[in-house]
Amino acid sequence: MSKQDWPLWEVFIRSKSGLHHKHAGSLHAADAEMAIENARDVYTRRNEGVSIWVVESTNIAASSPEEGDMFEGAKSKIYRHPTFYDIPDEVGHM
Amino acid sequence: MDNSNLHNLEEKFQAKIDAEIKIEPKDWMPEKYRKTLIRQISQHAHSEVVGMLPEGNWLTRAPSLNRKLILLAKIQDEGGHGLYLYSAAETLGISRDELVDQLLTGKAKYSSIFNYPSINWADIGAIGWLVDGAAIMNQVMLTRTSYGPYARAMVRICKEESFHQRQGYELLLTMSQGTDEQKEMVQDAFNRWWWPSLMMFGPSDKESTHSAQSMKWKIKRKSNDELRQAFVDATVPQAEFLGLTVPDDQLKWNEERNHYDFGPIDWDEFWSVVKGNGPCNRERLKARQKAHDEGAWVREAATAYAEKRRKRKAEKESTQVA
Repeated sequence: MSKQDWPLWEVFIRSKSGLHHKHAGSLHAADAEMAIENARDVYTRRNEGVSIWVVESTNIAASSPEEGDMFEGAKSKIYRHPTFYDIPDEVGHM
Repeated sequence: MDNSNLHNLEEKFQAKIDAEIKIEPKDWMPEKYRKTLIRQISQHAHSEVVGMLPEGNWLTRAPSLNRKLILLAKIQDEGGHGLYLYSAAETLGISRDELVDQLLTGKAKYSSIFNYPSINWADIGAIGWLVDGAAIMNQVMLTRTSYGPYARAMVRICKEESFHQRQGYELLLTMSQGTDEQKEMVQDAFNRWWWPSLMMFGPSDKESTHSAQSMKWKIKRKSNDELRQAFVDATVPQAEFLGLTVPDDQLKWNEERNHYDFGPIDWDEFWSVVKGNGPCNRERLKARQKAHDEGAWVREAATAYAEKRRKRKAEKESTQVA
């Protein structure tokens, strides 16, 4: 494996316990361990995280932007939102 | 793809931009938008990387351990900024190795400001205050650029860049309260960095070739001259606070415009440095090439180590199965 073959890794950081890991960016590294070490140096120099996930970019399956209608179904279902329902003020907070 | 289809896609693309919807890597985009971004983001990345060199020049000669730690941290940040930006450029379909190659062969440009030498310790302060200050003006605008990965990289960079500017100003503030000789060093550094900093915003709007299309695509949101004016307005009072004289006898507050007027920029110098004839162009590329060559064994070692680790893991798994 040459340098050219170093895979791209997507980096996810948990900023503090109790929160989700969130995508921070990506980097190249020869293997997962080194990707984590590099991610620490690149993305957590100022205490931005308490935990790091790395995933090889090629292992991520993604929806395609051309399938825009994939999300159409949810748009018409406004009754799924609490604001759809009128509750008289007298009932108080609900 | 036939022409009407392409035209249709371009119209939809522009409508998205106009509606302030960010463009993401997998979205359709005009080839020229992609190329413009690759050029701009990679130039930006290269600037971060080459920008480490004038500062590295003073690392071993920083006047105190404290200043040395600060400078190290700043240089490490610049390397990180380069990485964020290379990653953003890669989402447009160019590889890291191609990008590095373009820098080393001189095919790609980086900010001309880094072709000026850092001659005395006050230069380190001037670079942080003026060079990073000018960069921030540009980068704050770019946090709202239309391409998602570029905008996100910029948000991260801007958060860190503020430390760079403040440490530089504080360094100069300390020196400007020192001996006469130290005060002179501050003025000397300021004299040399002032004009090149103004040039960082690029040619004036009348001369700028890429500007109109970039504004339409919202890659840029403010013109070169607008940003330059904002920088002058913000920086002159800071210079006065340090007791410095701006090396421009035409600099004057204009009550009517509510801006500073300033003298003409030496565009011949600007273009000469862009074309490779600045004080340090050759030196910078040589240093970059040397660092790349001397780092080859590190890249090889990392690759070999990953291979070894993979084999060891595979052996362990096969014995477990047996």
